[in-house]
Amino acid sequence: MLTQIVFYVFSAVLVTSGMMVISARNPVHSVLFLILAFFNAAGLFLIAGAEFLSMLLVIVYVGAVAVLFLFVVMMLDIDFTKMREGLQRYAPFGAAVGGVLFAELVMTFLHWETSAVVVAPVTGGLGEPGGPHTNTAALGNVIYTHYFLPFQGCGLVLLVAMIGAITLTLRDRPTGRRQDISLQHARRRQDTLDMLDLPLGNSVEENGGFRRPADSYYVTAIPGSYGIPAETPEAAKASAAKGDHA
Amino acid sequence: MAHFFYDTTAGHVILIVLEALAVLVPLLLAVAYLTLMERKVMAAMQMRKGPNVNGVFGLLQAFADAIKMITKETIIPSGANRFLFLFAPFLTFSLAMLAWAVVPTGNGLAVANINVGILYLLAISSLGVYGILIAGWASNSKYAFLGGLRSAAQMVSYEVSIGLVIVSVLLPVGSLNLNDIILAQRHVWFCVPMFPMFILFFISALAETNRAPFDLPEGESELVAGFFVEYSSLAFGLFFLGEYANMILMSGMVSILFLGGWLPPLGIAPLTWIPGPLWLIAKIIFCLFVFIWVRATFPRYRYDQLMRLGWKVFLPFSLLWMIGTAGFLLATGLLPQGMS
Repeated sequence: MLTQIVFYVFSAVLVTSGMMVISARNPVHSVLFLILAFFNAAGLFLIAGAEFLSMLLVIVYVGAVAVLFLFVVMMLDIDFTKMREGLQRYAPFGAAVGGVLFAELVMTFLHWETSAVVVAPVTGGLGEPGGPHTNTAALGNVIYTHYFLPFQGCGLVLLVAMIGAITLTLRDRPTGRRQDISLQHARRRQDTLDMLDLPLGNSVEENGGFRRPADSYYVTAIPGSYGIPAETPEAAKASAAKGDHA
Repeated sequence: MAHFFYDTTAGHVILIVLEALAVLVPLLLAVAYLTLMERKVMAAMQMRKGPNVNGVFGLLQAFADAIKMITKETIIPSGANRFLFLFAPFLTFSLAMLAWAVVPTGNGLAVANINVGILYLLAISSLGVYGILIAGWASNSKYAFLGGLRSAAQMVSYEVSIGLVIVSVLLPVGSLNLNDIILAQRHVWFCVPMFPMFILFFISALAETNRAPFDLPEGESELVAGFFVEYSSLAFGLFFLGEYANMILMSGMVSILFLGGWLPPLGIAPLTWIPGPLWLIAKIIFCLFVFIWVRATFPRYRYDQLMRLGWKVFLPFSLLWMIGTAGFLLATGLLPQGMS
């Protein structure tokens, strides 16, 4: 009784928030409704007794995927009037795609054959000899024992996607901001600091001025930054002198 | 008589409410006194006195702060999204409370002793980012938005290494139940064989709770106060309470995963006389002290350093450790078999 009430509450909120995802004006609200939908789906899993799947849905989809969605959508600069401009033109196309999908769904339901397809036998599942397993253990057994190769295949697909994302965003930037942490850690005081014993009345400039040794980590900087001479020391000095006159 | 009453539906509901209150009331008191503890400990480390006017040793300071916060005016910025602006602090606060349902304070003594307790904790702590992200966006302010974005990236990054650390702790346990995790530490706490993971988890916990030296989302030197810059009064208070409740929760997780939860250090007579909840509280207070100690000691990380540490140091190291743990357990035959 109580379970049924909770089921209908979760389902109603799930369907409603699913509708709101596509009907909300503000894309940020859409993503937030999507998160609410994920949540209620997790609740339904919990009612069905699939506690592991339920928690995983929250951790993976709500805790990581949707955060990145929200992250991107929040930074979008969207002009709402411009977005609705193409509505008249694209509406028939969208309706056609929707119609095809709906027809396929109806056809699937009409030819639904229950109990004809048998899922590959699973040992060590719920109610099997060898003691009652939690669904975490049962799932682990199924995935890592019976469906090991398909699971590894999924992993490879994800790895390829990951490498693709990294390749697309990796750039070799020739800027002076590049840092080499090991070089920074290996730096000693004498590499950058010269203690000058100045006679009274003499300025630092007369004793060579401020210096930075060439073997410090500033080598990786672009010329002209961090006190690295722009071209040659003479040219730098000339430009500095020009700057003084101006 | 009492037995009959608790078998009815109303009795069940009353029992559950009482159980929840037995956890939440001490938790809220602990949050109030954690703020005082932080100020006192930091004052001692910086050779100051800290709050010492209200009550003996400033013990009433927490309540004075609470009354001040409640009686201030709630200001909602004119361009803000009203509902989400007020929703964010409630979300942060209620998530921080919700997680405590599964924390065992004695042998099997939790409001809900569920099979996937550790996953529940991970799920709740990963939801904490929404309060901050929504607050940052709904405030309609540059600083708040930047704070929210920083926080989202930071928390998602460090959750990855937290997840891997938890996996390497779960390998020798063979169960996701928090009580089983503690019982598996009967002979030796996990902080001894997995000392590097203990340190790594603690540092990740600092990043996850946005505490110093990883408090970039609220970096006052560049973002004024970060994601809660527009908040005042009770809404700010809820963020504040939520942050401290999350600190206590993370300390609880460190205690459960690595410091043996409610177990005494040694199973010998004088130590076993002290009840389990007191051991857990002592361990949580120790972790909180280290939280405050770190804050008083270290300067703030730069953002690129933070990301580098999370992705290029913690992630490979925890992955390597996880594989090493699995290999070791398999080779020595210590891998838990047939546990459900």
